Amino acid sequence: MRKWIAIASLVLSLTPAFAVDPSERLADPALEDRARHLSEQLRCLVCQNQNIDSSDAQLAKDLRLLVRERIGHGDSDQQVLDFLVARYGDFVLLKPRFEGTGAVLWVLPPVLLLLGAAGALWAMRRRRQVAGAGDVALSETEKTALERLLKDGENVSRD
Amino acid sequence: MIIEIGHFSLILALILALVQSVVPVIGAARRDNAMMAVAPAAALGQMLFITISFGALSHAYLTSDFSVLNVFENSHSLKPLLYKFSGLWGNHEGSMLLWVLILAIFGGAVAAFGGNLPKTLKANVLGVQGWVSVAFLLFILLTSNPFLRIADNPPLEGRDLNPVLQDPGLAIHPPLLYLGYVGFSISFAFAIAALLEGRIDAAWARWVRPWALAAWIFLTAGIAMGSYWAYYELGWGGFWFWDPVENASLMPWLAGTALLHSALVMEKRNALKIWTILLAILAFSLSLLGTFLVRSGVLTSVHAFASDPTRGVFILGILCVFIGGGLSLFAWRASTLQQGGLFAPVSRESALVMNNIFLTVSAAVILFGTMAPLLASAMGGAISVGAPYFNTVFGPLFGAMLVIMPFGPLLAWKRGDLRAAAQRLWAVLGLAILASLVSWWLTHGGPVMAMVGIGVAFWVLIGSFAELWTRARFLEVGVATGFRRLSGLPRSVFGTAVGHAGLGLSLLGIVATTSFQSETITEMKPGDTAKVGGYEVTFNGMTNQAGPNYTEMAANMTVRENGVEVFDLKPSKRMFTARQMPTTEAGIKTHGFSQLYITLGDPGQGADSVVVRMWDKPLVTLIWLGALVMMAGGMLSLSDRRLRVGAPKPARLTTAAGSSS
Repeated sequence: MRKWIAIASLVLSLTPAFAVDPSERLADPALEDRARHLSEQLRCLVCQNQNIDSSDAQLAKDLRLLVRERIGHGDSDQQVLDFLVARYGDFVLLKPRFEGTGAVLWVLPPVLLLLGAAGALWAMRRRRQVAGAGDVALSETEKTALERLLKDGENVSRD
Repeated sequence: MIIEIGHFSLILALILALVQSVVPVIGAARRDNAMMAVAPAAALGQMLFITISFGALSHAYLTSDFSVLNVFENSHSLKPLLYKFSGLWGNHEGSMLLWVLILAIFGGAVAAFGGNLPKTLKANVLGVQGWVSVAFLLFILLTSNPFLRIADNPPLEGRDLNPVLQDPGLAIHPPLLYLGYVGFSISFAFAIAALLEGRIDAAWARWVRPWALAAWIFLTAGIAMGSYWAYYELGWGGFWFWDPVENASLMPWLAGTALLHSALVMEKRNALKIWTILLAILAFSLSLLGTFLVRSGVLTSVHAFASDPTRGVFILGILCVFIGGGLSLFAWRASTLQQGGLFAPVSRESALVMNNIFLTVSAAVILFGTMAPLLASAMGGAISVGAPYFNTVFGPLFGAMLVIMPFGPLLAWKRGDLRAAAQRLWAVLGLAILASLVSWWLTHGGPVMAMVGIGVAFWVLIGSFAELWTRARFLEVGVATGFRRLSGLPRSVFGTAVGHAGLGLSLLGIVATTSFQSETITEMKPGDTAKVGGYEVTFNGMTNQAGPNYTEMAANMTVRENGVEVFDLKPSKRMFTARQMPTTEAGIKTHGFSQLYITLGDPGQGADSVVVRMWDKPLVTLIWLGALVMMAGGMLSLSDRRLRVGAPKPARLTTAAGSSS
């Protein structure tokens, strides 16, 4: 509970901000890097398709501080994300999880690629069968005649 | 008075479009020459009336006639002249008028230069163009009329254009995009006409390819322009945000790129006919979707869509008729088209089929990713799909496509030799690895993925010229003969090489910027110096100045390199008076292919201090220069003798030219 009061008072004391502010940053560069990386995956809930790292909305600033606060408490990246999803729902993640519509999003690209490849192979094979059905095999004399012609062709310049 | 003439002209254009969409198509079915001859006349008349209509609205904008509602809502008498004009298409109604103007000009071009097309094909193509035109003109006149007057007490001053849009970028970006979108309407019309006639041959592909190529060049320009505009105007230093609005333009680009490649197979080898027709339909369908996704606001907010139900229903209607109708006609008639040439699994045709699979899957993934939040909300959930998702998916998808790209042009038509192609590419692979190692050394050991990215970029960049190298045979025949051999090659071969190399350049810019940019975000007071990349930036203080319709606070920054003053930058923040909206103007200095990029944030804690964001972005300009190079490749290909617009010459002439060369 004390933590919430701390966050709330911190949030209230701030004026409207613009993207990441120097004063928000964590002292430890490694932790700050993690915070930046996480911020890029979180949606500014009141913006149009903007992550909290680049947004100048007040809410984005609140979330940036919240992420840093969780990291400061020793949360792992996954725990920070879980915490935010528990609070704001899946909407906060710019990279959907493997659930529901999100699962379709992840499965779709490989499945479409496989379907495309299978479709192309199938069409190619079918076309060859259809075209091949009409062919009549060459007789022996025709084969030797063809080979002779091909050999002659190779001696002539290939340009 | 002038504005009423504009309104009336638009109605006349609609009547002509109705005639154009019915009479020639019936004429083509009955082989009635008189009825078919209506098409070009109607198309040219339509072009004339829509031009008058556009001229009338332009006049109202340029003279700041605020009795016109559309002008009042989007203009201001103090706005610079360029933005008064470009403000015309900076809003829904006006941009739709620009759309039909471009459509009418393209229709007029087919009417004027299509003399060598088979009569029935020309009549059908113009007929289908007429359908598109009718739909859009009705949409404008019934739901989005830019010619409405304010009846009582016309205001003295306008509400001004959204400040973000007051930029030379806006003057160019939407027209370029629309030239691309609408250009695909021509391929669409050709596809539908082919389905109606049940006949399609190589001459068809020869006609469609230059149109698709021209549309693709414009769309490439429009997307690159939009990306650069967002980069310098929005002040985040990003160049691509995977925003729904951006995705809307990328989808037709991907489908259009696939169309270019499959039309090539169709023209050269008479294969992939049905697939090419389908792509022509898809490219235009995605263009329509793109236009409306941006215009309706359905993606940014479902409520914007619902607040104007007539518009929304109309849009859905147009999408259903053209996409659904086009695909149904395809399903019904595609089997009547004759199949063309065969090819082996390893051949240039197959390589192009692979390219098509990657491109269409990419377009499908973007489509689903863009629509997924809507689907989820329809099912009661709420998800977001943003840059992290698209980057994760597109890295491997595009990476795989780029790795196989240099093989394509080295494979022979019909049956290729993969091992021979691979042997020719060994040297390219070596150079790519070398480039990757050099960059690793230069950046003192960067991340592995960045090295792979740089390697792939060079693989594509150098590999693009492998075909030219192979064909010239410099090593065997000497430099002079080699160049003579090169000069004998068709321009489209150079077009391919240059176009592909452009993609490699863009990739190099993207990898270098995202992996190696240096960033400094800090609070500065006058006299402070901060470091970014290899530069020291000193903040000297603020100056206030006034623009025509805004006030501006600019920071004076002196940039030094190793203590030596190299240049000044003046990033600023503007406040637009009419709308009380702030914008940031980044201070950008290009050095080599890289850029130093500085924007101002909020006032800092101390007096006179300000938050400053600085980036040094290595090779960032290559992203857009690459697009320019891609366009140059497209233009080279377009200037190829065989493909010049209106190229198909009577058979007699072609043989004569062929035997004399």
